[in-house]
Amino acid sequence: MRISTGTIRLVIPAASLALLLAAVFYMQPRAMSYTGLNLLFNLAVPIALATVAQMLIMAVNDLDLSMGAFVSFCACVTATFLQASPAIGVLIFLGAIAAYAVIGVVIHVRELPSIVVTLGMSFVWGGLAVLMLPSPGGEAPGWARWLMTSRPPFVPMAIVASIVIALVTHFVIMRSSVGVLIRGVGGNVRSVERAGWSVIRIRAGTYALAGFFAVLSGIALVGLTTSADANIALRYTLLSIAGVILGGGEFVGGKVSPIGAVIGALTLTLAGSFLSFMRIPPDWQIGAQGAILIVVLGLRLLLNRLEKREKSR
Amino acid sequence: MIIRKMLFASVAIACVAGPVSALADTSGKKIALSNNYAGNSWRQAMLTSWDKITKEAVSKKIVAAADPFTTAENQATEQAAQIQNMILQGYDAIVINAASPTALNGAVKEACNAGITVVSFDGIVTEPCAWRIAVDFKAMGESQVEYLAKKLPKGGNLLEIRGLAGVSVDDEIHAGIQAGVRKNPQFKVVGAVNGDWAQDVAQRAVAGILPSLPEITAVVTQGGDGYGAAQAFAAANRPTPTIVMGNREDELVWWKQQKDKNGYETMSVSIAPGVSTLAFWVAQQILDGKQVKKDLVVPFLRIDQGNLETNLAGTQKGGVANVEYSLEDAQKVISAAK
Repeated sequence: MRISTGTIRLVIPAASLALLLAAVFYMQPRAMSYTGLNLLFNLAVPIALATVAQMLIMAVNDLDLSMGAFVSFCACVTATFLQASPAIGVLIFLGAIAAYAVIGVVIHVRELPSIVVTLGMSFVWGGLAVLMLPSPGGEAPGWARWLMTSRPPFVPMAIVASIVIALVTHFVIMRSSVGVLIRGVGGNVRSVERAGWSVIRIRAGTYALAGFFAVLSGIALVGLTTSADANIALRYTLLSIAGVILGGGEFVGGKVSPIGAVIGALTLTLAGSFLSFMRIPPDWQIGAQGAILIVVLGLRLLLNRLEKREKSR
Repeated sequence: MIIRKMLFASVAIACVAGPVSALADTSGKKIALSNNYAGNSWRQAMLTSWDKITKEAVSKKIVAAADPFTTAENQATEQAAQIQNMILQGYDAIVINAASPTALNGAVKEACNAGITVVSFDGIVTEPCAWRIAVDFKAMGESQVEYLAKKLPKGGNLLEIRGLAGVSVDDEIHAGIQAGVRKNPQFKVVGAVNGDWAQDVAQRAVAGILPSLPEITAVVTQGGDGYGAAQAFAAANRPTPTIVMGNREDELVWWKQQKDKNGYETMSVSIAPGVSTLAFWVAQQILDGKQVKKDLVVPFLRIDQGNLETNLAGTQKGGVANVEYSLEDAQKVISAAK
């Protein structure tokens, strides 16, 4: 019996999540309950959605440095327009998704580095968010609040949402023909082009899809916090990139794993709680979080080397 | 056999006696401080005060624990996660200095639902189930003009130094000063600059506007800007007006020097970082079963000509004049709100 490399890619993130979870349960048995799991993981839901968005961008060999600012912008729209006049809110979101598609086209046509373009866009989104909500406030739409605080039987909302996100994106990216094309652009643009596909369309579509997931992330976040401010999700840029990498994705080559990305987001959130339960002083916490990342990435590198050795044999 | 019976008996007694004594006081209760930022002298003083007062309370067995937690990046989502972790850690009360007045409401609501007492101070939260210890910044602004009206009955021109634009505290102090000027029409605000609560910024801003201004009789401020204003007046070779100070150490030292040299008179007003200890005692009182109103107002710390020396002596170099609150102070604030 041979295990496929894809499975091995998933085993490490899943194992590190299980290990962390066991440690948290050991330190804080109270977490081992319906409410406890929900409290541990509910803030991971918007992060998981942002991570999936980032993963899509990374699948076509790009990087989105405006993710945090864009999710903040979406959160501000959710707390203001989407709540007061849903029609305008939906229009703004459609416009934002279209803007993402345009960014994809610009990056492709002008052959610009995505890092530079998205870094510039982060200031645009940030500025728009401040214009909409100059001081913290707004109110979550009732349905978003209801969705994020719902209590399904047996399994907490945070877990259900994570599983749904993972399965839906797994289907879209790994099982559908669209997903194959997206990963194909990351893996080998030329062969996709030669096969007669329009790469520019694929890239625009990928960016739009990423924008869509980022919009969902903003809505989910406001559903949890009940209100927004212009800086609410700035951490998401780095968290989403780290989540993708933790979950077994690569920066180049169209090698991504949607289930891994969701697990990566959960792991990062749990790592924060773990450090807080350990009573590590805040000055050291960022460093400790980095250390966890490095350990997991180190394991990955080791695995990659094993993989290569096996292939060359 | 006898030993075993005795053991059983003692266990039974402990079981009966334990809950009774726990009900009567808060010695088994755990309180946590969730703080969003520690990067300036005011916040450092706030944490030091918390440490000092709560350590004493823990050693006297008034509460079981009072642990401070500070988020690393001053982000609302991070603090929300921190509060949710505290719920899991089983704290009975959470004292919050919030990164955002509204973005933590979801986490605060979770805490309330878990039966946890939430007390916010300084950076307060708007969630109705939490208690708020707010500073009456408006009254703080008004008190400056009232003091000046008493000291300078003839009135005159005022220069206003404001804080960081777009922050609610700045708006409130400004509104107080405006209200004070309306009540005392002998004063007129002839110029206003943003000093960002920092001496260097204030000095630059005042130096920039001074040449265009008529004679200034007094400067109303927001704290952290009085020393810079004084430097700007001195550099422009203009007579030093009455500058209201903001309890910072450099301001008090300058005031003391002027007072010794030529009998300079002014006053100084700001909030004490020790307000964290007031929040601690209020949380303890709520856990104790006292009826406390949801909105409390914390008195601000005022220094006058008479008590300048004592306050200066108690202020650390580069720090802020501070008071730590006692249980009795908290009870006074609570009963004043009824």
